[in-house]
Amino acid sequence: MAAREEILDRLRAKLGHSDALNGENPALKHIEDHHKNLIPKRGSLDKAQRVDLFVQEATRVNATVVRVGSFDDVPDQVSAYLREHQLPAKIKIAPHHSLKSLDWQQKTSLMVDEGRGKGDDGVSVSVAYGGVAETGTLVMSSGPQTPTSLNFLPLDHIVVLEADRIAGDYEAVWERLRAQFGPGKLPRTVNWITGPSRTADIEQTLLLGAHGPQRLHILIVDPSES
Amino acid sequence: MQPTSPNFKQNARDAIADDPLQAALAKLAVGFPMRRLEAAARLPEFEDLRDQARDIKNHVLENLDHYLEAYEKKVIDSGGHVHWCRDAKEARETILDICRKADAKTVTKSKSMISEEIAVNAYLEENGIEPVETDLGEYIIQLRKEPPSHIIAPAIHLSKEQVADTFRNSHIDLAADRDLEEPRALLEEARARLREKFLGADVGLTGANMLIAETGTNVLVTNEGNADLTNNLPRVHVVIASIEKIVPTLEDASTILRVLARSATGQDISVYTTFCTGPRRPEDLDGPEEYHVVLLDNGRSEMIGSEFHEMLRCIRCGACLNHCPIYKSVGGHAYGWVYSGPMGAVLIPNLIGMEEAQHLPNASTLCGKCESVCPMRIPLPKMLRKWRERQFKAEMGSSTARWALRSWAWLAKRPALYRWTMTAGVALLSQFGGRGRFKSLPLAGGWTSKRDLAAPAGDTFINQYHKGARGDQSGALMRKKVH
Repeated sequence: MAAREEILDRLRAKLGHSDALNGENPALKHIEDHHKNLIPKRGSLDKAQRVDLFVQEATRVNATVVRVGSFDDVPDQVSAYLREHQLPAKIKIAPHHSLKSLDWQQKTSLMVDEGRGKGDDGVSVSVAYGGVAETGTLVMSSGPQTPTSLNFLPLDHIVVLEADRIAGDYEAVWERLRAQFGPGKLPRTVNWITGPSRTADIEQTLLLGAHGPQRLHILIVDPSES
Repeated sequence: MQPTSPNFKQNARDAIADDPLQAALAKLAVGFPMRRLEAAARLPEFEDLRDQARDIKNHVLENLDHYLEAYEKKVIDSGGHVHWCRDAKEARETILDICRKADAKTVTKSKSMISEEIAVNAYLEENGIEPVETDLGEYIIQLRKEPPSHIIAPAIHLSKEQVADTFRNSHIDLAADRDLEEPRALLEEARARLREKFLGADVGLTGANMLIAETGTNVLVTNEGNADLTNNLPRVHVVIASIEKIVPTLEDASTILRVLARSATGQDISVYTTFCTGPRRPEDLDGPEEYHVVLLDNGRSEMIGSEFHEMLRCIRCGACLNHCPIYKSVGGHAYGWVYSGPMGAVLIPNLIGMEEAQHLPNASTLCGKCESVCPMRIPLPKMLRKWRERQFKAEMGSSTARWALRSWAWLAKRPALYRWTMTAGVALLSQFGGRGRFKSLPLAGGWTSKRDLAAPAGDTFINQYHKGARGDQSGALMRKKVH
């Protein structure tokens, strides 16, 4: 007998299920309902408090955060970040409409390349799908404008996040993705990113920058700031 | 791998004599439990979330056949392939077949206990394919040809000097006198080495912390980001996961994620939680072109409905290891197979057989700490006792121990006689144990060869209790505590 049938048959026998389902399938029903379980109160805040909590939690896990008034401030901020860390004036940006439309040449003297991540990228700039205040988590969604490789290959990752897209909890972001992609569907990769890469595998010593970025810098675009 | 579980007793003795291991375990025993407590204290809903996480998995296990079919359909809908495998051999062959079709020479791997369970690395090597572990701890133990000694900290047993020696012996193209004093230098060397492997790999093999039936998604949790470079860069992504990894929805996955990292490392959430669904989409700039899930049974379906059913709720956080007095004394390797600690002592006999693993359920004080910290509230002590009962029924263990257990059971079933015997025994022992402890005692050589046995203080608990019933102050206090 094929493995699939043998495994399923054994499960059915153990669980006392017949293979032809009579009536409602409890699994499909549960999936269709996708009800929310207990959501910690921590994230139930108004917008300004949500942004504050996001900043507090992201900072706690070694990310750095700067709030800016508009996307137009992004090039200056990126430039300042590179200077501060004495990094080469060279970045790889996600081919995202809100980054491509910025006037990088006018505002900075950076070499700006765009596309997916490559092995020799030093600093990448990408755009978050959303944020979760509960834990200071970025939500990145893969797509033609947001290649996943930019989140992991460079040593420095700069992420632009719109304040309006910071939710209190993970569930709110799932709702948004479901509304956009349809029930039961997701983009190829959704990444929750909470701080820069780390390891404690050698003598339980915490070290940042294990395989992913050593530094995570978040620019929150919040028009109410300006 | 060939289990060394039958040699548990010798393994344990060796472990206790291993100084670097003991130093590492001492550090672990403080760090992980303390950070878990801090994380739990920061989240008032933590205990309620544990209840819900348990209930979610119970619901899945009751409907596992339906959920597996729903999950499979979603993987196929999103362009992926599902390969059902009954046992380790089928899973190894399936993975090799996928690698061969992809014309693979190098396979990068992110940490997966199931891949350890099916020993896929050795099999790929035998067949001319190079598997490369990419989690830093797993990479180190792969170079040393050792199994992991902890679920989430596989190289916990090693000192930085041992790691430096391992790198010097393995990275022989680098200058022999390079400075590897600091952990940072070791990390930099591994990062550079593995970066080449990530960029050159043909297939990426990952495990799965969960499989989500709603979307056909696999969840990967890491702090390093290695699972992400493993699943994103190669042309083919293969997921190896056992059938009980299913959760129904994105909401259910989120609930379990809220208890996973807090229980494991004491983080609120791990750095990277990744949800992979199918291969790359036509417009995507990166991601794998092929997506395969190797869905492994390997004894799980037999556990459904058995005395060990609840073990299938385990999410492999390692909390039971970090809090176990036995694990903290002997480390993971003593258990002699892939898993260790209380969860290993329950699971291993299910997977390799009670005969081979007979010492493991006995390697427990049944103190109950494991159950008290398990995010999925798995009754580990109860199941350890189930294994002991089975062993007794199967006439395993030494004849002296069996005789003692039988005698004790006979006596315990006769309360009046039991109390009389205990009163006499306690009186006798307290008379001879003049200095408060025994250096040797008949039938207790296993204990007294290593340490003294404390002599009874004076009277049995029940006698003291009854004295209290007649108005004695200490007895009244005791009754208060009892009721």
